[in-house]
Amino acid sequence: MNEKATGLAGQEALPEAFPPLTRHEALVESTRCLMCYDAPCTHACPTHIDIPKFIKKISTGNLKGSARTILESNLLGATCARVCPVQELCEGACVLGAEHKPIAIGRLQRYAMDYVYGKGLDIFLTAKTTGKKIGVVGAGPAGLSCAGELAKKGHDVTLFEKRDLAGGLSTFGIIGLREPVGISLAEVEMIRRLGVRIETQREIGKDLALAELQAKFDAIFLSLGLGATPNLGIPGEEQVIDGLEYIEQSKLNGHNLKIGRNVVVIGAGNTAIDCATIAKRCGAEDVTMLYRRTAGEMTAYPHEYDFIKKEGVRFEFLAQPVRILTEKGSVEAVECVRMSLGPKDASGRPAPRPVEGSHFVIAADQVVKAIGQEKASLAARLNLKTLKGYIDVNEDFQTSLPGVYAGGDCIRARGAASTVMAVQDGKLAARAIHERLVGNG
Amino acid sequence: MADLRTNFAGIRSPNPFWLASAPPSNSGAQVHRAFEAGWGGAVWKTIGAPVLNVSNRYGAWHFGGQKMLAINNVELISDRPLEVNLREIAEVKRAWPDRAVIVSAMVESKPEVWHDIVKKIQDTGADGIELNYGCPHGMSERGMGSAVGQVPEYCEQITGWVMQVAKIPVIVKLTPNISNIVMPARAAVAAGADALSLINTINSIIGVDLDSFEIVPNIGGKGGHGGYAGPAVKPVALNMLSALGTDAVVAESKLPISGMGGISCWSDAAEFLLLGASSLQVCTAVMHYGFRIIEDLCDGLSNWMDEKGFKRISDVVGHSVHRVSDFKNFDLSFKAIARIDQQKCIRCNLCYVACNDTAHQCIDLVAKDGSIVPPGSYDVRSNGREEAVHTRPSVLVREEDCVGCRLCFNVCPVDSCIRMVEEPSGRPSVTWDEITQKQPEVTEDWEKMKAYREKMGIHIH
Repeated sequence: MNEKATGLAGQEALPEAFPPLTRHEALVESTRCLMCYDAPCTHACPTHIDIPKFIKKISTGNLKGSARTILESNLLGATCARVCPVQELCEGACVLGAEHKPIAIGRLQRYAMDYVYGKGLDIFLTAKTTGKKIGVVGAGPAGLSCAGELAKKGHDVTLFEKRDLAGGLSTFGIIGLREPVGISLAEVEMIRRLGVRIETQREIGKDLALAELQAKFDAIFLSLGLGATPNLGIPGEEQVIDGLEYIEQSKLNGHNLKIGRNVVVIGAGNTAIDCATIAKRCGAEDVTMLYRRTAGEMTAYPHEYDFIKKEGVRFEFLAQPVRILTEKGSVEAVECVRMSLGPKDASGRPAPRPVEGSHFVIAADQVVKAIGQEKASLAARLNLKTLKGYIDVNEDFQTSLPGVYAGGDCIRARGAASTVMAVQDGKLAARAIHERLVGNG
Repeated sequence: MADLRTNFAGIRSPNPFWLASAPPSNSGAQVHRAFEAGWGGAVWKTIGAPVLNVSNRYGAWHFGGQKMLAINNVELISDRPLEVNLREIAEVKRAWPDRAVIVSAMVESKPEVWHDIVKKIQDTGADGIELNYGCPHGMSERGMGSAVGQVPEYCEQITGWVMQVAKIPVIVKLTPNISNIVMPARAAVAAGADALSLINTINSIIGVDLDSFEIVPNIGGKGGHGGYAGPAVKPVALNMLSALGTDAVVAESKLPISGMGGISCWSDAAEFLLLGASSLQVCTAVMHYGFRIIEDLCDGLSNWMDEKGFKRISDVVGHSVHRVSDFKNFDLSFKAIARIDQQKCIRCNLCYVACNDTAHQCIDLVAKDGSIVPPGSYDVRSNGREEAVHTRPSVLVREEDCVGCRLCFNVCPVDSCIRMVEEPSGRPSVTWDEITQKQPEVTEDWEKMKAYREKMGIHIH
């Protein structure tokens, strides 16, 4: 779908893992849905898609209506169908999950989404213009969702993006196994067709000043995402590849992706697992994940951990890198120290402490780090009130500056950062902005 | 092992399952294979008047991903030459002396023509004749099939002609396309038939193609009503079967009844036996899955009979007929209420919405703290598996308001999660018939009814 249109076909190192459901599979699976009333899957979905309704519409052959039901709650339904941790959300709450197999909600959602994108159907018409101008900064899921929702209401929306492509992590940071770039870019185009003006290579704090935006727009939504991967602070760090860049290469420049023979991935979150997957599937002989705590403290979803174990990736728990060993400019090994778990730290997890004299070496010719992202440093520079380093917002997603709203990973002081949460932020912020500018209705 | 051997009006078969007169019994080769698979008998596809068939003969009704819950057809009687059919019938009967070979017949409504066909069938050595008074399409336009079955007088007259020459048992097959199935059955009894069978197919149009706007199945741009059969018609067949069993004239005649209409598995078969059928005919299930289904039909029926202590088929036949009655004889004081097993409940809330929207509003959503909550009463920011599952309210029946309609029981997807529990109503047993006789004014005047209810303590919700 749409990969040809974007000219990116074949650039991705890893194709999408699941094939689309066939018509028959979709019919059988959608018919298996009990159509719960006030369904728990809908509650569990952060955007509260009316899941039984869209599934029923698949079973009756009303695919356009099914897509509308999804998109009314979640404009990025095609991405979410692929990247949502459904085991933790809708499918995890399915009433059939206890004794049977939960309904494959994600794959059914993808079926309905593929239908409208495949046919080039636009679901929404733009409303009468309100004359209100809104600036959205950052074209990731939160920004796209907010911009799209506001455009649906008839507002004049400009979306600024510092990169050359919109879509944020969906375009650059989701492993192709789960979501091909084309899907994300098709959603960007749908948002554009809703009337949103997208200006790429515009970065706030560089060629765009907040004051300038405040003067020009009636409201502003900041969806800045997170910052760079932090430094490890160890000798040889310059040889370490940033995990997000590793994934980006695999998606947008797969032909030139360089994979080591013995790859060490530092970190044990979902991004680290994606990096290990890329390495393993693209030809590395040996992939080892280094984590300073144990499996019990990993931030990766349990289903992701199960997946990567089956890929044949080794785990080195209670190990922290202390030095990258190189010879003639190329990586030879990672020197590590064994850790032990002490009392709980600020994150509520046991604090790892180095065990003296326990240094050991793991041979590696490529080292990738995926140890989370720094909080957006912009918040302070823009003089916004912060909470634990994240932008602080009220119930309406408004920051400490009136008329300036924020959402997505940059406000995620609580809870897990995910695409679907960002989409919901954007949607709720759009509602609040709309109410502020034109009143309810 | 229960004894499945059957003696139906003198026609013997090793089990009660016969192929119904239909495409599966169209040729000697097919019946031969069916007998190899274990079928107890076969009613040969109707032979008689010359015909030509059309293509696109079968339509089907699919539902919820399930194929062929019903089939409809505009196929006529056998289009193979009469002599070929007669020769093959004789061959099959010779090869399978222990199986029931019955021949369905339908010819022009003239005594000499009927005499001729009956004699020809008898010459084959067949065990019985079934008179096809049911075919609802095509043949009826020529004055045969249901055109006969729908007029009791014709039914009686033609059966009479047949009985004049018949030396083997004659079964009269009834059409369901009639307002009272009892009338043609009585006509057959009056004419001296040896047995009855029902139901033939029901008039139907299976559907319309939403792209071409053609009738399904499309026959060169046209389509029309065809005979409807398969799992979906079973309740109609059971009702007509019980109507014969409870009719004084038909019951008095003690004519055996061959039951058919949607029998797909042994449990369907058991229900037909309980309501009075003593042989069973199957078509659609065979057209869907082939002759092999006979194994489970026999095996399942035998296991069920063993479990229930029935030794032979005749022990089962009609065992439930005495329970069939009319509304006026039902006990108005009988009380049942729905009870939900909270351990088994998966909280799909289907009982709640069914009761609340379409029944008697007596199921509540109850939150953890015991308060009654409306549906969708969670915060828009609440999400995730844990919150969705752990804050989900329970469904609870307000028993004092439950009228025992049994809708929730029917929609519940979990086995034995909702039970209809019998509760003493505290009122003496009484039927509408008794009230009509003893206090007719209660049945005629709303004010009197109100007084009666108050006196009896009947609370209407």
